Amino acid sequence: MLRAAALVLLLPAGAAAAADAKNGEEVYGRCLACHALNSDRVGPRHCGLVGRRAGAIPGFDYSAAMKRSRLTWNEKTLDRFLADPMKTVPGTTMTYAGVPDAKERADLIAYLKKQAC
Amino acid sequence: MSFLSIRNPAQARRLFLARSGLVLSGAAVALLAGRDALAATSKEKGSDTRILNTALAAELEAVAAYQVGAESGLLQKPVLALAMQFQGHHKEHAEVLARTIQTLGGKPVAAKDKYTFPVEGLKSQADVLRFAAGLERGAVSAYLGAVPLFASRDLSKAAASILGDEAMHWAVLRNALGDNPVPSAFVS
Repeated sequence: MLRAAALVLLLPAGAAAAADAKNGEEVYGRCLACHALNSDRVGPRHCGLVGRRAGAIPGFDYSAAMKRSRLTWNEKTLDRFLADPMKTVPGTTMTYAGVPDAKERADLIAYLKKQAC
Repeated sequence: MSFLSIRNPAQARRLFLARSGLVLSGAAVALLAGRDALAATSKEKGSDTRILNTALAAELEAVAAYQVGAESGLLQKPVLALAMQFQGHHKEHAEVLARTIQTLGGKPVAAKDKYTFPVEGLKSQADVLRFAAGLERGAVSAYLGAVPLFASRDLSKAAASILGDEAMHWAVLRNALGDNPVPSAFVS
């Protein structure tokens, strides 16, 4: 069992296969302490995320860092942010170590891309 | 009581019970505070405070969510008591997080006046339990994602202590739903 865990830890970042939105929904479960698809919580809502400018939901209390990040959420920026939120946007209130596995990030992004408002 | 004061769960509980109402003198807070967290640089304290405040915001929302569940009229007696117990844990987490933020010189976030929960989708006890289980599962991941970020190892340890509590909530809720309470050997 430990060997299986070790193998997961050792997977190279480029090991991603085709993105799987269904698995992305499972990965999204990790976000549910702070996020929801259709309402703002500790973090902003995620429906319609892809294509949105960071810090752009009216009335949500973003960190100054996020507001000035000049990011627009697409596959590339989401992948970078989700890999290491605090490094990508220093000062973000998304104080989370990130999703280190590239395949899981791709799956999560595939899921988020399907979530229209 | 401060988050930094948690040396072991029994002590934390004793302290909480003894300090119900959280009327702690500044001297007591200083005595209870972990040395490594207080000795951190101001930049490190600022980062740790930010992590704690995010956790505090989530805990305050969890308290509100359990209140919605309790007031829904959908929870039957044994389950309702369990939900209230879990809400009590989240209140304890929030109190300790807020006290710790203050100890570090930060300003704890306050509870929002209004939270938005998917109440229209809550039609049965199972719906409420599934909603709560989702929050608890997210909380496990959130603390897991916070543990390695703290500059202070005291704070990492304390966050791991809360993580364990959230994981137990998640398992019990899954069990109540008829799901495998512990679906895997690792959490992520």
